[in-house]
Amino acid sequence: MSDIASRVKAIIVDKLGVDENEVVAEASFTNDLGADSLDTVELIMEFEKEFDIQIPDDQAENIATVGQAISYIEAAK
Amino acid sequence: MEIKRVVVTGLGALTPIGNTKDEYWDGLVSGKSGAAPITYFDTEKFKTTFACEVKNFDATQYIDRREARRMDKFAQYAMVAADEAIADAKLNLDQVDKLRVGVIWGAGIGGLETFQQEVLNFAGGDGTPRFNPFFIPKMIADIAPANISIKHGFMGPNYTTVSACASSANAIFDALNSIRLGYTDVVVTGGSEAAVTIAGMGGFNAMHALSTRNESPESASRPFDGARDGFVLGEGAGALILEEYEHAKARGAKIYAEVAGGGLSSDAYHMTAPHPEGLGVVEVMKNCLENAGLNPEDVDHINTHGTSTPLGDVAELKAISKVFGSHAKNININSTKSMTGHLLGAAGAIEAIASILSIEHGIVPPTINHTTVDENIDPELNLTLNKAQKRDVKVAMSNTFGFGGHNACVLFKKI
Repeated sequence: MSDIASRVKAIIVDKLGVDENEVVAEASFTNDLGADSLDTVELIMEFEKEFDIQIPDDQAENIATVGQAISYIEAAK
Repeated sequence: MEIKRVVVTGLGALTPIGNTKDEYWDGLVSGKSGAAPITYFDTEKFKTTFACEVKNFDATQYIDRREARRMDKFAQYAMVAADEAIADAKLNLDQVDKLRVGVIWGAGIGGLETFQQEVLNFAGGDGTPRFNPFFIPKMIADIAPANISIKHGFMGPNYTTVSACASSANAIFDALNSIRLGYTDVVVTGGSEAAVTIAGMGGFNAMHALSTRNESPESASRPFDGARDGFVLGEGAGALILEEYEHAKARGAKIYAEVAGGGLSSDAYHMTAPHPEGLGVVEVMKNCLENAGLNPEDVDHINTHGTSTPLGDVAELKAISKVFGSHAKNININSTKSMTGHLLGAAGAIEAIASILSIEHGIVPPTINHTTVDENIDPELNLTLNKAQKRDVKVAMSNTFGFGGHNACVLFKKI
């Protein structure tokens, strides 16, 4: 697992209180990991802070799964 | 319309002197002080360096980690105390009509630590507003009862009363009236506060409201003592299950006491200073007795507001003498704030619980730390100094007064 992927997963485990094994690439934040609208906003903010990037709102809307988050951040770095 | 009778069927407490209702009572009767140097933040530059913190509290022992993270401490405390009270009442949540169960809560401030943290984050940044999406829903004072109803599915009235240090007595009175008028069968009521933060300590210090007895925290809260120098900030929660009498009887519930009545008034005088003649305080106790249909002579015990401030304590005792006349000297008067410190919006709740447990056990907890006579206090009054006293308490009154001149009083009766 890449460094970015493991840091993304650690944030998701911490913020959503889910088991690490559930945080797979295809897992949807809302449908699979129990996030609500506030959680998803917080996750995006945490990604921004952790990786020192800006994720505009219109692009944040397209980050719905663990894999999408990892790909977005890898591309942005 | 028929006015229903209302009883107390469950209690829960999370306080600086005990983390359950039973531990709290043991602390009260044994005269335990909850005051100690503050552990939450560096107090080096603060005028007051101690408070009554809740000890050994780990929210995740009670609340799912993810849920706990979405709550300010004042809401966590509320949840823990409410859960204890609901369990204590042995309410069968599958049988009760949840449309007729309300949660009416008191909080003087709300999520102060959350507010402070978010503003500090912003101030430490580059001006970009990066506020956490949980900031507002964690901070607002009404979120405590909201969380309780979400957890248990209670769909009756749900709100928070805010009247500074009278907040949870206001909540109890509203809960009483809701059941009296037939709007609800059961109300989870009480209050919580978590203001032992840099903003809370700094703010109250600026008002010269807090004791600065830093060399001896455990003796700093000394209501009615000649050497008192201000209140000691406390935190925590108290929860009470109020229930319609027939509803409680029908399910064979344990009944602690009847909620006989309540009273409300305002000083209409000053933002923070008590009225020198205690006019509003006289009025609130009169209102309360009238509301309960009782006479001054019926009252055995008064748990005072008694915060250990120079002006407030004397004004309250003068008001008691005025309302109760020659009977005042027969009453067991105390201030349990001598042990718990001042829990602000939760004070009315934990002191109502102390009053109810005095009825239950036939013991009045002491006003600790009394060493010096105050010449301005009538020596004939029994202030239950330093040691608990046995007393068959049939009627107990609990007073709370808030900054802004809000006065609230509730009265409990043995059943």
